[in-house]
Amino acid sequence: MDIVELSRLQFAATALYHFLFVPLTLGLSVLLGIMETVYVMTGRTIWRDMVRFWGVLFGINFAMGVATGITMEFQFGTNWAYYSQYVGDVFGAPLAIEGLMAFFLEATFIGLFFFAWDRLSKIQHLVATWALALGTNLSALWILIANGWMQYPVGARFNVDTMRMEVTDFMAVLFNPVAQAKFVHTVSAGYVTGSVFVLAISAYYLLRGRHAEIAKRSMTVAASFGIASALSVVVLGDESGYTAGVNQKMKIAAIEAMWDTEPAPASFTVFGLPDMAGRKTDFAVRIPWVLGLIATRSADKQVPGIDDLVKLARTRIDSGLLAYDAILQIRKAPTDASARAVLYAHSADLGYALLLKRYRGDIENATSDEKDRAANSTIPDVPVLFWSFRIMVGLGFWFIALFAVAFWLSARRELNRHRPFLWAALLSLPLPWLAAELGWIVAEYGRQPWVIEDVLPTFLGVSSTAASNVLFSLLGFVMFYSALLAVDLFLLVKYIRLGPDHVVGG
Amino acid sequence: MSYEILRLIWWALLGILLIAFAMMDGFDLGTAMLLPFVARSDVERRVAINTVGPVWEGNQVWFILGGGAIFAAWPALYAASFSGFYLAMFLVLAALILRPVGFKYRSKLANLLWRATWDWTLFVGGLVPSLVFGVAFGNLFEGVPFGFDADLRFHSEITLFSLLNPFALLCGLVSVSMLSLHGAAWLNLKTDAAVQRRARGVMPFAAIAFVLLFAVAGFWVWHLQAFQITSPAMHDGPSNPLAKIVVASTDGWFANFGVHPILWLAPCIALLGALAATLLRRTPLLAFLASALVPAGTIAAAGCALFPFLLLSSSNPGASLTVWDASSSKLTLEIMLGAVVIFLPIIIAYTAWVYRVMRGPVTADQIVRDSKTAY
Repeated sequence: MDIVELSRLQFAATALYHFLFVPLTLGLSVLLGIMETVYVMTGRTIWRDMVRFWGVLFGINFAMGVATGITMEFQFGTNWAYYSQYVGDVFGAPLAIEGLMAFFLEATFIGLFFFAWDRLSKIQHLVATWALALGTNLSALWILIANGWMQYPVGARFNVDTMRMEVTDFMAVLFNPVAQAKFVHTVSAGYVTGSVFVLAISAYYLLRGRHAEIAKRSMTVAASFGIASALSVVVLGDESGYTAGVNQKMKIAAIEAMWDTEPAPASFTVFGLPDMAGRKTDFAVRIPWVLGLIATRSADKQVPGIDDLVKLARTRIDSGLLAYDAILQIRKAPTDASARAVLYAHSADLGYALLLKRYRGDIENATSDEKDRAANSTIPDVPVLFWSFRIMVGLGFWFIALFAVAFWLSARRELNRHRPFLWAALLSLPLPWLAAELGWIVAEYGRQPWVIEDVLPTFLGVSSTAASNVLFSLLGFVMFYSALLAVDLFLLVKYIRLGPDHVVGG
Repeated sequence: MSYEILRLIWWALLGILLIAFAMMDGFDLGTAMLLPFVARSDVERRVAINTVGPVWEGNQVWFILGGGAIFAAWPALYAASFSGFYLAMFLVLAALILRPVGFKYRSKLANLLWRATWDWTLFVGGLVPSLVFGVAFGNLFEGVPFGFDADLRFHSEITLFSLLNPFALLCGLVSVSMLSLHGAAWLNLKTDAAVQRRARGVMPFAAIAFVLLFAVAGFWVWHLQAFQITSPAMHDGPSNPLAKIVVASTDGWFANFGVHPILWLAPCIALLGALAATLLRRTPLLAFLASALVPAGTIAAAGCALFPFLLLSSSNPGASLTVWDASSSKLTLEIMLGAVVIFLPIIIAYTAWVYRVMRGPVTADQIVRDSKTAY
């Protein structure tokens, strides 16, 4: 494997590991806040015991989230040096503000959450808990502003004098519609994860006939919060689909395995076997109209298919090469105003010319065949996206059903009477993680071959370090993280088995 | 505000963030390093660990923020230093990954082998970053071999073994002695009985080691090859590190100190801080404040000596990264300055509140009482 593949594998592995811990932190922090609020308002100590018990599990998970998050902050520099140089002017700011505004809040107040029960008044401790939850959620906001910019790079322009992208409109970066939709979708997914976690473990206690008082109350909180969150994930996931449809047409077409542009409104493929080589989808089962309505919010706008998007990419490569030629001229004669005008006119397509760097260094001399290959390289892995997306959406609907039943049973005070439901809740425990990881695969793998959509191809973003170094660190991280994950799961299972009495009893 | 002034402010902020990291996370790295020496029984170990338990997580954010701020304000430095020092960074990250889990998981089981294993990971998690950060500073003075192509793609011939040269290792030891002193001063402040006695006993050794090592490093720097920019000053030009000429200088790295003698204050603060910390060790709060001055003086001295260089290229001096050609755009520096001005005072305020809430020493009695919830 070359350095590009190793670096991508390392980023994928470390990011997917990191996101095993993040959604639970997001969801559980808010659930802790809700439970503690009930405690402060009612004064019933069982609610404080719940906060302390779920808090222990929160802490075990949080440590892993922090540990795996450290790598993420520095990995852009270690493994994606050209990426960092090329877009750091835009991308670095949200990461730094995340530290200033969010992570500091979260990491400072988690100390008080665990250590200051006896040193703070009830209200003060509640404030600390909510500050922790707020920090956690703001952290997700800034990370998704950064990630949203990778999907939809607004408010920035290429500067030939510094050979990089620079911010022109920070407000556009901040209020990027893709980032806003992704933020709400992602934190809602975190809330679903936290709610399923609490629901499943409470179901386990009820199945065993243990800790019924804490389990039933926890389930009620999880069911109410979970149903709202699960609806929000699906509705705002749809909003993500719409905003992606505005900008990432290739991603939408690949998710739908839609090779040809259909007459509007396009149909939605429920099932099929996409065939990359033959550029067709076998055994497709389609529902008319649905995709067109989701992606364009209209009955008459077309959703372009993959083949047409490749043709468009081919024209953008030619346009991008004009920009690239202008850069070469400006390097020879920095004051050449006409070359700067050409560059300015075509700089939006510069990234498409850079796709050719995979085939040759002197891309200004690229052959027609190489341009065709570069245009074809803009198609992501259709079968992976097609299935990841469908499984994720299916799970989203399953969570709505699960929480709806839980909510209904809780309202009728029958939570502990229906064993099939309790088993369904317990067995659903791993599903939100599966859905979240698949969501990231759709978002990031679906953006390929771009690291910054339309601006910078992924293979150009890597560092110039030795591939053996990356192989070493990749193996190191995987072994290290796997060992720590095993410890994490071992401790979680142990403390779940010990139950609330162990934590709060004496 | 001019681009030149913004770059100067961000150079100062880079130093301030590094100093804040060394002051705040420094004492818990130092505490972890001293763990096997100042705490023997399990309860003593837990006393030492719980002095930093409520605060280390916030302290570590200074490191994360430092990384983020370098990315945002000095993207070329972020790209070059972290990819150039690849394996060294991997070592630091691996060590820092051990800390959150080490703190959190250690006392979750009563098994002695389990606890001893985590104690060792905490020790390594304290020692390795302290050493590597010092080694990195040493390499800043010596320069590392790197350059850029016309697309500003960074390339380097740096290896882990080239980084571990004698001068850099000396700087690593300066850092280890400095943070040991700071950790001992913290334990002296936050513990009682045997742990406090042993931590207090460490302080004179750490302080003397620091003073001697720092003096030797300073003498060595005197003899290192220094560089200077000879092309016309372009302090508000575009951030392109290929547009200048850099040549070997005969004035040495102390040239800035000659022009501005007030800069001598920085190394003097470092040395006097270390001596004051050990002399005042019977008044723990004053001793801790004195030891906090040591990283401030040390980092300020190094930064002022190197100015305007951020990362010196030994193979291709013209490609060195400097304050004038490695920054973000003017707009990004302005936005980030705004964010710092708003949020830094808020961070300092709530951090101060947390330290106030958690004030007072950690005792063995407390650990036994809160055995299930303490670290």
